[in-house]
Amino acid sequence: MRRIALLSASLAAIAFAMPAMPNEDVLRQSAKPEQLVLQTGDYANQRFTRLDQINRDNVKNLKVAWTFSTGVLRGHEGAPLVIGDIMYVHTPFPNIVYALDLNEDGKILWKYEPKQDPSVIPVMCCDTVYRGLAYADGTLYHHQADTTLVALDAKTGKVKWSVVNGDPKKGETNTATVLPVKDKIIVGISGAEFGVRGHVTAYDAKTGKRLWRAYSTGPDSEILFDPEKTMSLGKPVGKDSSLRTWNGDQWTIGGGTTWGWFSYDSETNLVYYGTGNPSTWNPVQRAGPDGKPIDQKWTMAIIARDADTGMARWAYQMTPFDEWDYDGVNEMILADINVGGKPRKVLVHFDRNGLAYTLDRVTGELLVADKYDPKVNWTSGVVMDRNSPQYGRPQVVPQFSTFQTGQDKNTKGICPAALGTKDQQPAAFSPRTNLFYVPTNHVCMDYEPFRVSYTAGQPYVGATLSMFPTPDSHGGMGNFIAWDAATGKIVWSKPEKFSVWSGALATAGGVVFYGTLEGYLKAVDEKDGTELFKFKTPSGIIGNVMTYSHKGKQYVAVLSGVGGWAGIGLAAGLTNPTEGLGAVGGYAGLRDYTALGGTLTVFALP
Amino acid sequence: MKRASIGLAFVAALGLLSNLHAVGEALKKEKDGKWEAADGSPTYNIANDGTVDWYTFSGFRRYHSECHVCHGPDGEGSTYAPGLLEPLKTMTYPEFMLIVATGRQVVRADKQSVMPALGDNANVRCYMEDLYVYLKARVDGGLPRGRPAKRADKPAAADAHEKACFGDR
Repeated sequence: MRRIALLSASLAAIAFAMPAMPNEDVLRQSAKPEQLVLQTGDYANQRFTRLDQINRDNVKNLKVAWTFSTGVLRGHEGAPLVIGDIMYVHTPFPNIVYALDLNEDGKILWKYEPKQDPSVIPVMCCDTVYRGLAYADGTLYHHQADTTLVALDAKTGKVKWSVVNGDPKKGETNTATVLPVKDKIIVGISGAEFGVRGHVTAYDAKTGKRLWRAYSTGPDSEILFDPEKTMSLGKPVGKDSSLRTWNGDQWTIGGGTTWGWFSYDSETNLVYYGTGNPSTWNPVQRAGPDGKPIDQKWTMAIIARDADTGMARWAYQMTPFDEWDYDGVNEMILADINVGGKPRKVLVHFDRNGLAYTLDRVTGELLVADKYDPKVNWTSGVVMDRNSPQYGRPQVVPQFSTFQTGQDKNTKGICPAALGTKDQQPAAFSPRTNLFYVPTNHVCMDYEPFRVSYTAGQPYVGATLSMFPTPDSHGGMGNFIAWDAATGKIVWSKPEKFSVWSGALATAGGVVFYGTLEGYLKAVDEKDGTELFKFKTPSGIIGNVMTYSHKGKQYVAVLSGVGGWAGIGLAAGLTNPTEGLGAVGGYAGLRDYTALGGTLTVFALP
Repeated sequence: MKRASIGLAFVAALGLLSNLHAVGEALKKEKDGKWEAADGSPTYNIANDGTVDWYTFSGFRRYHSECHVCHGPDGEGSTYAPGLLEPLKTMTYPEFMLIVATGRQVVRADKQSVMPALGDNANVRCYMEDLYVYLKARVDGGLPRGRPAKRADKPAAADAHEKACFGDR
């Protein structure tokens, strides 16, 4: 982005005089398209590259340049980083980091392998995935499964400092990347399925000292909300905005974890992220004192916080009183687009709940909220009339309300499934087309909540669910779509056999890349989704596609290695109860297509 | 090992010959909606019209809350943890309880597979028999994948057990 390039040029002089701050360094380094310093591409989370050597005409000629086995079998999410002549590859638990020499086809320069208590493994809901490193100012920030945040010297792999962010004994773990902002490292936490109380924490980038922590639930002083100044849908949130929406002290084990992505806008100085589901999955146990639904703020919300103080500027709750496990943690993509004919600074978010939101990222004003899978059925839509008491709230269809159907009863045919229409796999935005390219799931579910009790460090789920491919559709479990966030419309949609669980990459060459669960790296035309290239990598892809340039040549790289929630839910294949017993096994099982194993595959033109 | 020999005996009694299986079925006893095999271990019951007993159904529900996130749907296994249908062919109820309550670890350079100890978790501890009979019904009772189509009503004894186990007043 031009603005960022200008800013980084003017900051270079300051950096000379005093120790460079990660913010400036990240801006400077991420402005170079040859590199990747953040998992999200840039602060805006756009996942767009200005590299254009590989384009619509020649992408069909891509060949494998070199490969690298990580030696780890678990699900491989995220992407390698490239800074200068070095590529940094991370792995799932045990969270190894490799520094590879790009001048020598990936020769290992150094390897870092932390010692972690294996008892953290089973408290990681849904595989020991890890979405990767972040780089700033000569330092790699590595957030391990056991929540230890380590600063590594990028040249040597030596530990500069480390700090522990949570307690795995209570089910607190990490799967996410961190975001270096200014002189701070912004860090989240996982574990809502264990009743963890979610929070975001800022650590000093130089020392690891804790600077602020903002919980998702609880008193104003702990969630860092100002009753007068923190806004939601154009109004101050008021006193005790979280406490008022919980029954008793349930907020202390209330979830709202923060295991997704962070984005940052240097103009507003705001960090944007989403919060996860309230615990438990049984909504009946979370009802208010009067037995009625109660919001459980600020779970399932988009929150914008001041990077320096952590104070919330605005917040918007997408799914008040969640009844389906639709975590709100997916990425917040910042873009400048025309909405209603006017240029707007927006934040675009594709939520698990099947709705895509476009908000003004400065004020939090809600501009668009529409289904990005037409089969989404739990809601009839979000009320956009400002004067309605229901303004900004999704309207729940009673037939698909697991709360109204009740405890110990099965609510059938809810779309999407708990996987969401999209999970953490990030979408990309291309300023060439002004379209968002979104990897999606096309799966529905039956959901039966029932009573559970809380024990620290033990699963706290409270619902049983069966998932199946969306009925009356193409039979597949995923789509890759192009989305217009100004109008809330799907521009094109490409069906996939399995959920698309890989982060997309949009390029200045007019090509959009993504991976599939069978293991294909695919390249499609940005205009209409026409498939231009595919290659079957060694295992299913749940990693994110990245690109870099070395010695003037563009490369595309992706981690394969099936696993994660997708691998757990889809390995054995899904069954469709609505089609009776005869159809059991009639749907493709992922295990018939791919097996475990982490490999990096790097592509280039011949 | 004693465990193995008990396991073998169990296999012989239940599985290898279909007429023995039929004998096993015939020797099952029912009390308050709960079924017990001839050797005293808990077992499932599937009526001719496919109706499963309450405990098998309850096991299905609890499995897909507590176990499914690692072992995959219907005991089929996942990319993260092994399937349970093979091991449950030979595993006795005492062995099953021991593993679920205390966990299990395989930690090597090439493999880190850790099952947590779930004995402190009331959502599991209070439903050990339910989980076992559900998986046995999947393994050798011909219970198909997915939610059982029909189930018996919840017996009063199951309610009482649940309340006592959760420590209700």
